[in-house]
Amino acid sequence: MIAELGLAALWIAAALSVLQLIGGAAGQRDEQSELARLVRPAAIIQGLLAAFAFLMLLWLFAVTDLSVKLVATNSHSAKPMIFKLSGAWGNHEGSMLLWITVMALAGGLIALVERRLPEKTMLATLAAQAFVGIGFYAFLLLSSNPFERLPQPALEGNGLNPLLQDIGLAFHPPTLYFGYVGLSVAFSFAVGALLTRKVGPDFARAMRPWVLGAWVFLTLGITAGSYWAYYELGWGGWWFWDPVENASLMPWLAATALLHSVSVLAARDALRAWTIMLGVVAFSMSMLGTFLVRSGILTSVHAFAVDPERGSFILFLLAIYIGGALLLFALRAGSVAEGERFAITSREGALVFNNVMLSAILGIVLLGTLYPLLTEAFDVRVSVGPPYFNPVGAIFTVPMLIVMAVGPLLRWRNDTIDRIKMPIAMIAAIMVATLVLVLVLGAYSLLADLGLAIAVGLAIGSFLPLRGRKLSRVPIATWGMVMAHFGIAVSLFGMASESAFSEEKLAAVAVGSNTQVGPWTVTLSEVEPVAGPNWTAIQGSLKAQYKDGKAIELTPQSRNFWAPPQETSESTLATRWNGQLYAVIGNQASDGRWQLRLWWKPFVTLIWYGGILVALGGVLAIIGRVRTDLKRRHAKSRNAQRKREVAAL
Amino acid sequence: MSTGMKAKHQRLVLVVIALIALIGAGLLAAWALRNEANYFYLPNQLVANPPEVGDAIRLGGMVQEGSVKTLEDGITVAFIVTDKESATVPVRYTGILPDLFVEGSGVVADGRLADDGTFVADNLLAKHDENYVPRELQDLDQHKADATLAAAGSTT
Repeated sequence: MIAELGLAALWIAAALSVLQLIGGAAGQRDEQSELARLVRPAAIIQGLLAAFAFLMLLWLFAVTDLSVKLVATNSHSAKPMIFKLSGAWGNHEGSMLLWITVMALAGGLIALVERRLPEKTMLATLAAQAFVGIGFYAFLLLSSNPFERLPQPALEGNGLNPLLQDIGLAFHPPTLYFGYVGLSVAFSFAVGALLTRKVGPDFARAMRPWVLGAWVFLTLGITAGSYWAYYELGWGGWWFWDPVENASLMPWLAATALLHSVSVLAARDALRAWTIMLGVVAFSMSMLGTFLVRSGILTSVHAFAVDPERGSFILFLLAIYIGGALLLFALRAGSVAEGERFAITSREGALVFNNVMLSAILGIVLLGTLYPLLTEAFDVRVSVGPPYFNPVGAIFTVPMLIVMAVGPLLRWRNDTIDRIKMPIAMIAAIMVATLVLVLVLGAYSLLADLGLAIAVGLAIGSFLPLRGRKLSRVPIATWGMVMAHFGIAVSLFGMASESAFSEEKLAAVAVGSNTQVGPWTVTLSEVEPVAGPNWTAIQGSLKAQYKDGKAIELTPQSRNFWAPPQETSESTLATRWNGQLYAVIGNQASDGRWQLRLWWKPFVTLIWYGGILVALGGVLAIIGRVRTDLKRRHAKSRNAQRKREVAAL
Repeated sequence: MSTGMKAKHQRLVLVVIALIALIGAGLLAAWALRNEANYFYLPNQLVANPPEVGDAIRLGGMVQEGSVKTLEDGITVAFIVTDKESATVPVRYTGILPDLFVEGSGVVADGRLADDGTFVADNLLAKHDENYVPRELQDLDQHKADATLAAAGSTT
């Protein structure tokens, strides 16, 4: 009964999105028509229905209803409750339902609160949102029904892939989906503005919180995904240029470019067509990411849908939405009026530079990700990894980061380098000094050394926009920018330090003896079997001593899951303020010694702390912008009321 | 670019600059991809047409039954990778074996050919779990049954 309720809610929601599309289209002729007035309520009810369907799926997973196919194939009655619930979206159908739910709720929210745009543009926006939604409803209902029943209830579920039985999973996919869906809202705004030719600061202000929100979630999702890969895979790396990682990085790059160009449009009414274009590109990257990870074209824990029909369906949706939007852009971009002008040495100029560099990096990542798929069509199999991405990406990342250190010091519209030559000289001096210091310390990796130098310069440069200002009067959004830029510097420092100073030790160690890695002495004190709720493991007990300090106990495990059968290595970490010791235990060698793989990674944690700072900066920016918007709206309505009172007198 | 410049011109200049940067990035990427992509070899391809010693490549195949040996140092593993054509390549790997690395099962090794004809792996990828097979090995897996049968036939 629960499953049927969920399915019914989904069908009604899909029907409402058709109504929303028709009403929005009718509204382009007459925005007061009966149909047009149904659009906003339809969007709101659609959001509630999709959320209801998702709650029903959660319920089915919570009670482990084995008569539902999705539960039987992905859950198990012996799983802890949190993993039962997270299992609801740890699979293809459930995750698509989550996507739709978030998208429908977002559509409902804009229908409920967004009033500053012309009603025609809003109707076009909601119609675009419905148009995207219909494709996803069709996909879900026709080829990926999450509520499908089994002819015979299963006796026991198949369990969830053990790699995914992790607290990180409870948050990682929803976080990324919030990001993807935020970009779908930005896309709808862009299409709506393009259809009604209303591209200007108001449009930018309406779109900005969604872009910022999407960007915050993508930042958090990527940060969390990177940390998950770091400790769960047991390979000691934090980024592998895996296509799945790239699939989340590409929308982030596009969203980063978009949020900067949207700021130019909101503040200065420039970069109109470019902002629209980025809105289309950003959502294209989300769709492409979904296609890459969900179509089964790649092998990964993410590739749930091995059914080729589903891959083609997503490709079809991708072609319709992206092709359609680009066609619309080609037809309409010429008629979007030219925005305000600016000099090259200005805030806008620096932001254009940022946008061009980000687009170039995006292109490089995109080509590197798609290249193996292209060559495979010609039956040549290749893989593309760090030797391509690191140096080629750096050619554009390094200039971008250097300009980023001084760009925020420039004034809008027209400025001179001369005015900010002191801070430029100071930042340059700091970067050079850091480079010299790093070389003296004995790190000779070009990219890592450059990274450390730029990180220190950028960290200091990111606070310079605050100089000479009364701190209590600095707008919240500016604090957000400072914090996000500082976060990039912190993260970069962690990456470069990890690359320049990491030490690795691989050794076969007998119980009772020890080995050295960097400043640590690690003793293997015992190895014993342990058991968990659905696994058994070999657990090593390590005593790790930093220089002459107190020994810390570490217990890496090699786990055997029995539902489904699989082995995983559980690495353990000893975290200090200045880095992490990373330990993995392997097999027993024939002579009784145990394999240990140890890393000492100075300042590696800064990578993820930096990511969190960047996301917090985004949150501050949203708070600042929304507050300003509310104030503006309040002032407007007060003015209107005063006028009415005056008129009444 | 002076502020006195015509609006049309500024837009054009911006578009041209952006295009140059993007095309530059594209060309650079195309050039780097040709040089830096790692080619994938099956054992028979590697034997028939060996790559340059030291070039980074990927080797994929089945771990031959009974071939896995741990060397003196306790952390280096030597084994033989084979395929349905029964070509064999000796592989050496120093490190912790991945989860689900088993004899008779598929493996993909990142690494390079050494002077002595051994493939030195920097990294091994095994099947993720029961349900996931490295993409390169999917064709191979269909032949796994035949290969196993053939192997059984040759030993008896």
